[in-house]
This record gives sequence, C-alpha cells and structure tokens, in this order.
Amino acid sequence: MLWDALTLGLGYNATLVTIGAALLGVAAGVTGTFLYLRKRALVSDAISHATLPGVALAFIVMVLLGGDGRSLPALLLGAAVSSWIGLMCVNWLTARTRLAEDAAIGAVLSVFFGFGIVLLTVIQTMNAGRAAGLEGFLLGSTAGMLFNDAVVIAVGGAVTLALVFVLRRPMGLVAFDPEFSAASGVNVGRVDLAIMGLALAVTVVGLKVVGLVLIVAMLIIPPVTARFWTDRTDHMAMISGLCGGLAAWVGAALSATAPALPTGPIIVLTSFAIFVVSLLLAPERGMLAVGLHHRRFQRRVHMRQGLLALAQGQPIYERFTLKLLRRAGLAHADGVATEDGKARAAKALRDEKRWELVRADQAFESAAVQYDGLREIETVLTVDQIAEIDRRMGGPTGVMP
Amino acid sequence: MTGAEFVPLSLTPLLIGVFAAVACALPGNFLVLRRQALIGDAISHVVLPGIVVAFLVTGVVAAVPMLLGAAAAAVVAVVMIEAIRRLGNIEPGAAMGLTFTTLFAAGVLLLEQSDTSGVHLDVEHALYGNLESLIWLDAMGWESLFDPVALAELPVELFRVAAALVGVSGFLWVCWRPLVVSTFDEGFAQTMGMRTNVIGMALVIVAAIAAVAAFDAVGSIIVIAMFICPPAAARLMTNRLSTQIAWSVGFAVLSAVLGYILAGYGPLWIGFDNAVSAAGMIATVSGVILALTALWGPCRKRLGAPAV
Amino acid sequence: MSLELAANDGVAPTGAGLASSPLALRGMTVSYGQKPVVFSVDMTIAEGAMTAIIGPNGAGKSTLLKAALGIVSPLAGQVTVFGKPLAAERHRIAYVPQRASVDWDFPTRVIDVVLMGLYRELGLLQRIRGQHRDKAMACLERVGMAGFAERQIGQLSGGQQQRVFLARALAQEADLYLLDEPFAGVDAATEKAIIDVLKSLKDEGKTVVAVHHDLATVAEYFDRVFLVNTRKMAEGTVAEAFSAENLDRTYGGRLATGQIDQLDLVAG
Repeated sequence: MLWDALTLGLGYNATLVTIGAALLGVAAGVTGTFLYLRKRALVSDAISHATLPGVALAFIVMVLLGGDGRSLPALLLGAAVSSWIGLMCVNWLTARTRLAEDAAIGAVLSVFFGFGIVLLTVIQTMNAGRAAGLEGFLLGSTAGMLFNDAVVIAVGGAVTLALVFVLRRPMGLVAFDPEFSAASGVNVGRVDLAIMGLALAVTVVGLKVVGLVLIVAMLIIPPVTARFWTDRTDHMAMISGLCGGLAAWVGAALSATAPALPTGPIIVLTSFAIFVVSLLLAPERGMLAVGLHHRRFQRRVHMRQGLLALAQGQPIYERFTLKLLRRAGLAHADGVATEDGKARAAKALRDEKRWELVRADQAFESAAVQYDGLREIETVLTVDQIAEIDRRMGGPTGVMP
Repeated sequence: MTGAEFVPLSLTPLLIGVFAAVACALPGNFLVLRRQALIGDAISHVVLPGIVVAFLVTGVVAAVPMLLGAAAAAVVAVVMIEAIRRLGNIEPGAAMGLTFTTLFAAGVLLLEQSDTSGVHLDVEHALYGNLESLIWLDAMGWESLFDPVALAELPVELFRVAAALVGVSGFLWVCWRPLVVSTFDEGFAQTMGMRTNVIGMALVIVAAIAAVAAFDAVGSIIVIAMFICPPAAARLMTNRLSTQIAWSVGFAVLSAVLGYILAGYGPLWIGFDNAVSAAGMIATVSGVILALTALWGPCRKRLGAPAV
Repeated sequence: MSLELAANDGVAPTGAGLASSPLALRGMTVSYGQKPVVFSVDMTIAEGAMTAIIGPNGAGKSTLLKAALGIVSPLAGQVTVFGKPLAAERHRIAYVPQRASVDWDFPTRVIDVVLMGLYRELGLLQRIRGQHRDKAMACLERVGMAGFAERQIGQLSGGQQQRVFLARALAQEADLYLLDEPFAGVDAATEKAIIDVLKSLKDEGKTVVAVHHDLATVAEYFDRVFLVNTRKMAEGTVAEAFSAENLDRTYGGRLATGQIDQLDLVAG
C-alpha cells in the first residue's frame, strides 16, 4: 500500500497531491536556505500568519461581488497582498523603532492573525456554511484538491524555483557576507526583499496543502537539515531542496494510505525525522561526530598538559589528567613519571621550546599562527626547518633526571 | 446598560480577558528585552499537543490534566529548543521554528488519530478560546458580588487566570533584581553568583504558566499578542523599566476592555447583528496601540548601541 | 629540573604565594570549537598590585579573564580566589565587562546600573534605602559621573558608559577588581579618571587586574604584566618582564621596531 503510494499507484487524486506536495517541498527547501542563511528563518512565521486576513478579505470581496468566494487564485492573491503588508510592517518596525526583529515578527503575526480571526467570524455571520473551506488554510487540506488547485501549486512552485535559480548568486552573496556585497555594488535591501518575496510566494502557494502554521516548518526544517551535510551555499540549497521534496513526497504518500493521516503534519514529521537523523549522524557536524571529536580533543589537551607538567617537575593537579597518564603508562599513581613518561615529556617540552622560537620569529609567521598548544610541530614545519630551529636552540636539549 | 445585564453577561468575560492579558504582558516585558519574544509564540503553538496528550492519557476533558499537559508541553518545547540549539549549533530562531512547528504537527496528527468526536477539543477552540461564553448566569446584578451563592457559580476560568496573574506578579516581585541584572548584563550577573540559565528557564516556565492559564479561557491568539504587543508598545513610551511595566499593564487592560467591547457591540453599531471574535479583536486592538506608539511614542528611537 | 620554559621568566610563584594569591589559575585551557584559545596557562596574581594582561588580538586575554570568573567553562584547569574555590570567594571579586557586551538601549538609568553592584548585599527583596543610594552616588562621584545619575544609559558617551561600569564595580566593595579592556575606545578624560580610581584602589590595598591593549601606557599605569598569546609568555613586574624580548616573543615579531623603541623599555 505504502509502496503503491510512493510510486503514485493510488489513484488520480493521491497522485496529484503527492506530485504537488513534492514540488512545493523542493521550492520551500531551496527558498528557505537563503532565509536561514540570513538568520531570518522566523520571518516566515510572520509571513504565513499574515496571510489570513488577506484570504478572509478576498473571500468577503468575492461574496459581496456575487461570487461563491472559493476561487483559489483569488484567495491566494489576497493572501499574498496581506502577507506582503505584514512583511513591510516587520521591516518598518525594525528599521524605524528601537524594537528588535523578534518583537516585530511576533507583533505582526499575532495582530494580523487576530484580525484574520475577526474577519473569519464576520464571514461566518455573513452566510453560515459557505466559509467552510477557509478553515483549511489554517491546517491545510488536500482532501478536496482539484486539478486546478494542483496546477496553481505546480506552476507557483516552478516559477519560484526558476526565480531562485536566476537570483541564486546575489542571494548567496548577501546571505554569506552582506557588507562585502554592499561594498561590491549589490543592493542588499533589494536582494533581501527578493529572498522574503520568494519565501512569501512559497508560503502562499503552500497554504492550501499544509496550512499556514506548517508551511513555516517546510521553510525552516530542510535548510537546518542541509546545514549538517555541507559548508557550501549552493550545495546547501540543493540538499535542502532534496530534503524538502523527499519529506513532502514520502509524507504525502504516507498520508494517502490511511484516512486519519493528515498530509501537512505527516510531511512536517517526516521532515523532522530526516532532521533528527542528520543531527545525530552527519559526518563532522552531527552530534555523534562532534561528541567523539570533543572527547578525543579533551583527552589530548589533558595529556599534553600532563606531559608538560611532568617535564617541568610540576605536580599534576587534575585527577583526570593523572588518570590518562597512568592509563597510557606514562606516570605512576603518585604523579611521578615512568621511564616512558619521561621520554615523552622531554619530547613534549622540546617541541614546546621549538614552538617558542617559531612563534617569536616573524619568518615563521604562517606556521606560528597554527599554534594552539596541541598541534605537532612536525605537521607545520619541514625536517630541515626543525633542524634549523634545533640549531638555534643550541646544545642538547632534554630533561635530565 | 444596567447592572442586571452587564454583570452576568459581560463582567466575567471582561475580567478574565483583563487578567489573562496582564498575566501575559508582565513576563512579556522581559521576553521582549531578552530578544525572546517568540518564545511566547512557540509556547502557544505547543499548547495544542500538550492538551491532546493529556486527553489521550487521562481520557477525560478536564481542566487540571489539560493545564498540566499544556505546561509540560511548554517545558518540553523549551528544553527541545535549547537542546537543538546547542547540540546542533543552530541559530536560536531556526531551532525555535523547527521545534514548535514539529510539536504542533504532532498535536494535529494526534488530534486526528484520536477519537475526540463528541468532545469539545478542536483547533478552533484552541485558537479563538471562548471568552464570550464565560458568563456568570447566577448573577442578578451588582448585588450578586456580595451573594455567596451566586459567587460560588463564578466561572472557574476566572479563578484560574486570577491565580496565574498572582503567580506571575509574585515571581516578578521576588525575582526582579536577578531578572533585571541577568537581562541587562549576563556576564556580570554570573560573577555575582547568579545562575543565569536557571533564571532564564524560570522566566520561560512562568510565561508558560501564564500562557496555559490564559489559553484555556481566551485562546492562543491573545496569548501571543499580549506577550509581545503591550510590552513592545510600552518600550516605545519610556526609558525606565518600572514605568515600562506600568505602561504595558495599562495597554494590556486597554486592549482587553476595548477589544471585548468592540467585538461585542462594534458590529451592532455599524448595522450587523452578530458579534465577532473577542480574542481576535483584542489582538487587533493591541496591534493598533503598538502602531500608534511606533508612529508617535516619545521613546520610539534607539538610544544606545546594541550588544555585539 | 634543568630546562625551564622561557614562559617562567620573572618571579616563579612560591607555594605560599599561590595559596594566598587573590587569583590563581592552574593549567587553564579554554577552547571555542576545536582550537584552544588559551592553552595550559598558569597565572598567579600578586596581591595589592596592578597587573596588566597583555597580548595580541585573539591571544585569549579576555577569555582568560572570563575563565577566571567562571563565565566560560574551561576544558581543563582550576581557579582559586584568595586560596579558595571561586564559588566561596565570589563576593570578593568585582568585574567590569567590555562595554560592548551589553545592550545600551536597555531601559534603565545610570544610578540603577550602579545600584546593581549592591544587589548581593540587598538580596532579593530588601528595599533600596537612602544609605544605598548615597553609596551609589559616592561611587559615581569617584568616577566623576555624579551629575549623570538620572541619565538614561543610552545617552552616555562610550567613556561615560565605561565609568558607570567602574562605579558599579566600586559599589561591590570587592578586594579584587577584574577589568576587561577598560580603556578601549574611551576619551582622554575618562582614561585619566579611570586610572586615578584604579590607583586609589591599589592604595587601599586592593588588587587590580586589567586586560590592556595599549603598550605605550603599560609602564605608567601598571606594576606588573602578564603576557599571553595562547600560552603564558611572561609574567612579572614591569621592570622584569615588560622587555623588548618578551614582547617580541608574545607578538611574534609583529610589533614594529620603532614601536618597541618608543616604549622606553628596560633592557631585555
């Protein structure tokens, strides 16, 4: 059953939803990358909540004009207009008052949403029953998705993606280093607006599928996930789009297999699952890798400090240091060095002495900046250079017992 | 309007609205100053999974387990945000957005999965609250305020938000100095021996308690709006923290009263015959107040440089 | 022990000195990420003296101070304050953070910031009385800021902000004063005011430690120096340790010769 769903074998409607959702997932993942890199991920929260009054107003206008109020393009247009106004409010509050961006975002999202709720109750009283479809914008509903709706989503997603592709260079530049981009003639304000505008487009397009709370997740979770796997902006956008698309595809397929599995939440939870796997297992940035690395690093620090203390005949203050030295057979329980330990300590001290000379000599500057107390001198200098250093140190160097 | 009409129908919703607004605005002052305004947003989103889980565990729709569930969810969310932020080395805003959307999605899914038909447990209620329905049917007029029989029938939500308000005020009163110092200068606070992370966590938990108590009565929209809008507007009125708190309380009360009146009677004035959502209107009024202070507030501009 | 590290030039700490030193660090290593900023540093601050912590940018000066105060947690190392663990003697330390580390738009007045220095004494709920206010005003007087008590902190100049921070530290009535770049970006009048206050603290027998970046004023302002660049490079009195050779080693030859000549150093 799940396999059927994943391979689009569950009938016309499920196929439509799955393809539409996957397209949306890719567009959201790619767009969200730039939002995340600009450290403005939560602006998407303001954007999405600010769509509600627009949707409601568009509905009211259409009903007053005699329509039935449920034309998706018109509702989305309303959503886009009001969330653009919300976005402008966030920017204005941040730029013109002392309020920080988080307060501006929170104020805009709660007030616009509150006003949207007021309008929704107006709609309910205007003509009971006819507003039923609007609740779907809160949490998303794919159940009654029509072919036309799917087309709107597909076209919207494709256009957004195309625009991201066209603007990827300036957006990447601004996200990476706004000051440099400004100095090199990029209009940072305008590029920022473009990033926000694209996020807005994704939000509006995605409203129908996942609803206004969960579209935020589709903009935030994939970029955060992608960040674990790469350090390059372009790769990150691609991985993020991939994660977003995958989560949406799998999520939509899963939800098609059973009636009580709403599409939006399943997509978000799938996306979160991919995030958790990345958080734990990603090479280099994953928790496991970082944890192991840190442990090894801490041991190296203590070992090195212990050896230097042994070499200089100083007592070893920390129990952990002594434990490491003992386990390596370099010291006895009372903190006295073993023969082995003496040799290693002498080597550590000689290296430290070599570093001293390297760091004091401007000729070695490129090597000197790599000093952090742990780095082996052999890794930054050639054998000849070390010989030269040793010659300058003069005399045999070592620890006499 | 006579007391016989006002007391049973409007007095308790008004009081509940005011208490809830003030209980949220008070900790909101510190959240805004600490650049954590959106914690309020996150908390109010995760309340939904909290009450759903509480319902699934206990099998009943009762206030106490649901409040506990919501409070627990808020704590889980805060711990999860902090853990993701630290373990994954992720920017706080993104960690927050990731956490609350995921928990919200889990809440919606659980809601759909569980058999809650016939039970008043729905997303709409979570959003709008039911301020208008918290009436005091046993009251006959102002004299009922002195009638023990009638007083016993006051809506229980009133006592709950009042208790939350007392708790929040007490916390701010007792912890005022550590809160101020750790908000202004965290490093200095640490050298004074203050556990700044404990203080920060306590603030968030107190905010969560206020949010949960208020949420039950008035819905999550007011909660987010009251955490942020009155304190933000108050910040633009003064340069002293104690004065700012006073302004924020004033703005919260004004939003609640004006919003309730406009929602209940505003539509009548312009010829409609049905009231609109009081919760939504209170949020809207608080936004209008913020807009006015942002345009004309005497202290709307920055003075000093931000921290690097 | 035959081969001493050059880092131990100057006065080697004796056992007794270590035990009673206002601030002693042993084997302090702090890292941000996977690179130690400070590696295995021993530091023994002399009581009743003014010590400057000196080193190039990014050499770990401020980190050392923050590790001493427990603001950053070290990877390895121990701190003792007046011979006891930090937690037991915290009340004897006053700290002046870098000016840029706080948001100067915070809604508070100058006098309120200085009163923060009394919060330990005041506890959670004790009312602020006339005597506390008088004490805070006296501290402001000492740094020449009494006329600004009611001012909003955001309205102050950089130098004035620095003086307010110093006044707050004075209100703590500590025995050990730790200052992070107190002279960074301040005007000449402020620099004079601050150094006068620090010297008067020393005359009262207090210990002063400051992260300092201006080599030209070291000899004039301080008694002792602690040179650091990831490792401890030298430690001792200005006469002993503030030498061209030590500076050369600390700054890795990055100081121009002319710069060193102007410092009027004792012979290396």
